[in-house]
Amino acid sequence: MLRDITLGQYYPANSVIHRLDPRVKLLGTLLFIVSLFSFKGVTALALATIFLVTVIKVSKVPFKFMVKGLRAIVILMLITAFFNLFLTPGEALVSFWKFKITAPGIKNAVLMAIRLTYLILGTSIMTLTTTPNQLTAGLEMALRPLRKVGVPVHAVSMMMSIALRFIPILIEETDKIMKAQMARGADFESGNLIRKVKSMVPLLVPLFVAAFRRADDLAMAMEARCYHGGDGRTQLKPLRYQGRDRLAYLILFSYLAGVFLCRHFLPWPQG
Amino acid sequence: MGIIKARQLVHEYIRRDEEGNVESISTALDHLNLDVEQGQFIAVLGHNGSGKSTLAKHINALLTPTEGTLWVDGLDVSDEENVMTVRENAGMVFQNPDNQIIASVVEEDVAFGPENIGVPTDEIWDRVEQSLRTVGMLKYRTYSPNKLSGGQKQRVAIAGVLAMQPKCIVLDEPTAMLDPTGRRDVIRTALELNREKGVTIILITHYMEEVVEADRVFVMDEGKLVMQGTPREIFSRVEELKHYRLGVPQMTLLADELRRAGLPLAGGIMTREELVEELAKLRA
Amino acid sequence: MSIILDKVNYIYSPGTAYQVQALNDINLEIRDGQFIGVIGHTGSGKSTLIQHLNGLVKATSGNIYFNGEDIYAEDFDLKGLRTRVGLVFQYPEHQLFETTIFDDVCFGPKNQGLSKEKAGLRAFEALRSVGLSEEVYYHSPFELSGGQKRRVAIAGVLAMKPEVLILDEPTAGLDPAGRDEILRLLRELHRERGITVILVSHSMEDVADYVERIIVMNQGSVMLDDIPREVFLHYRELEAVGLAAPQVTYLMHELRERGLAVDTRATTLAEAKDTILKAFV
Repeated sequence: MLRDITLGQYYPANSVIHRLDPRVKLLGTLLFIVSLFSFKGVTALALATIFLVTVIKVSKVPFKFMVKGLRAIVILMLITAFFNLFLTPGEALVSFWKFKITAPGIKNAVLMAIRLTYLILGTSIMTLTTTPNQLTAGLEMALRPLRKVGVPVHAVSMMMSIALRFIPILIEETDKIMKAQMARGADFESGNLIRKVKSMVPLLVPLFVAAFRRADDLAMAMEARCYHGGDGRTQLKPLRYQGRDRLAYLILFSYLAGVFLCRHFLPWPQG
Repeated sequence: MGIIKARQLVHEYIRRDEEGNVESISTALDHLNLDVEQGQFIAVLGHNGSGKSTLAKHINALLTPTEGTLWVDGLDVSDEENVMTVRENAGMVFQNPDNQIIASVVEEDVAFGPENIGVPTDEIWDRVEQSLRTVGMLKYRTYSPNKLSGGQKQRVAIAGVLAMQPKCIVLDEPTAMLDPTGRRDVIRTALELNREKGVTIILITHYMEEVVEADRVFVMDEGKLVMQGTPREIFSRVEELKHYRLGVPQMTLLADELRRAGLPLAGGIMTREELVEELAKLRA
Repeated sequence: MSIILDKVNYIYSPGTAYQVQALNDINLEIRDGQFIGVIGHTGSGKSTLIQHLNGLVKATSGNIYFNGEDIYAEDFDLKGLRTRVGLVFQYPEHQLFETTIFDDVCFGPKNQGLSKEKAGLRAFEALRSVGLSEEVYYHSPFELSGGQKRRVAIAGVLAMKPEVLILDEPTAGLDPAGRDEILRLLRELHRERGITVILVSHSMEDVADYVERIIVMNQGSVMLDDIPREVFLHYRELEAVGLAAPQVTYLMHELRERGLAVDTRATTLAEAKDTILKAFV
């Protein structure tokens, strides 16, 4: 099940979206999220949908692959939708016991589900088309001003990219240790909470030991390849804005302007 | 002077308790003397704990000598100022393929070394392409390392070192965690680098079959260099090797047994081909 | 007493683009007291196969019978099966977690529901049988050498008194001396206690000298299943799937081609020596 999480994974393909400057994608994702939570009206929703679908199409990441990542958040979505459905005040359409379903409730629930889905899809399109290294390079560049106030921007971004590289490995390792302890009769499922917590010890100790061993090895391997922090480092893929990036910014801001125009001139039909 | 030269090299691991008092000292390298010429293919044998890995880490300046001196391409590794140059000249490949790949895309990982030493971007691209081509992994350049087999990951690691254009590469048990196919590919890659590009190779291994094509073999025991010579010379000393808890290639062992049983076979047989030839000659 | 696999199939991530048929119609009978080698290169399905034998992985289709009982039946004690078929994973030393070696070995027996005393006795016995000296029993497992740690991990499974012991690449990463120690230990366990031992390996040489039966896995199917010398007669087919027969097999065939009257079925060094000497008499 852990393997199904696609958020934070990279999907190699050759598309314009893949080639975009990570800074464009970072800012784009941020602006897209802003647009999601500020739009009003069907037209704006349609605009957001067209924008998202186009980006996904252009990115060449199979839609099926992205949907798999949604599975992990289905519960979260159901809970939010549930609260919106029952707790929005208004005239009751259906009511039973203490609950009532209202028309604005349905509207809110549907909207919330759509927003969350778009949010996850929008964010995963960024991580799926940007290698962790590019992503951190983008963050490093974007956060560079913070260096002046003593934030170790390079170290932080290096840590992030290494973490991303090792997440799948550690997930696999967890799976393996779990099976190995189960083969020794360990039981991770039954019992009350305290027993469950206790039963995690045989899993967590080896996992930590393994993580430290890997960290140790990796530090040595990095040193052996002349790593000495960010000073004097050059880059394989330095960030330089290209024509396509400028164009992307233009499209992005036009989209945002579109959403805001709809918000003012074509709001949701008041029902 | 050769590419690597050690004189009276000592390394001690000191273990301290919580108050910082010395609890125990173990000597991993014990007044070791060693010479390697540029362009040689050296195999280092020794059981676990014989000091092989400690030696390897000195050549890359990951460890510094407690006593004595080690020169890599004429530079003293104890000198702080030489560290980066030494690491550039003598690359290192480790045992666990997963724990030495830093980036999430093959080509970005190969670029890591050149980036650190400040190679200009255009040249990094050239070096990455060349290195990946040399190890036969060019078509995997945009892959995630997680999608590769163990042997392929090790070849990426070799490419990562190669991209720094070292004179010498130390491989510390690079095949210990691989299956036979991966093992063969990695050893072949190392041999090609040595024969075609003239890179000095120091291969630390447990597998006797990997040693056969080396120019020289060093055998280590308790931090000392106890045997050295060509593979043929080394493997003709079966009893001595057993004493150091080492094996010999299977064919050498069989030839040895046959000799004891009275067949007048020549000494130093290492490969199947040699044994077949010898037996056929004997027959004729 | 035996384990029987009847048309076992296993599919990873069924119904997705990543669908992989890891096991393909496996029929096997593993009789009591055998010493079996399972060989195949990475991805051949050998690791998936052994995880079926102790119920850690459930077959997508097909049945597995342990001593005549269907292990997928409602009332079958699957947790009990895991302790009766002991499985030692690759690099088992990575699963050690207790503060002392002794406590770690007690983990399995305790999970079986044994009292502290009984678990302790089991641990002693198991540690002794893997040849670890008593003075280290109360040390931290993390202080030991790689080979010793591995023996502690094997003891951790032995302490559950399994009827079948399965080991996935138990010699990986060890030096030659450590390799021999582990293999000798397994031979001893098999001979003296009569436990069924299943050794998974990609090294033909390791396996040829020790086992009485070899199962060759390729692309999720059983490709060959026979006594070693019969399996190695198919050395050309083995090569075609990226496996090699032991050096000795090749040697024998090459000597035959050069006109020496040797027995090409020899697979171990001792057999090779005998038949070569005979050819020269």
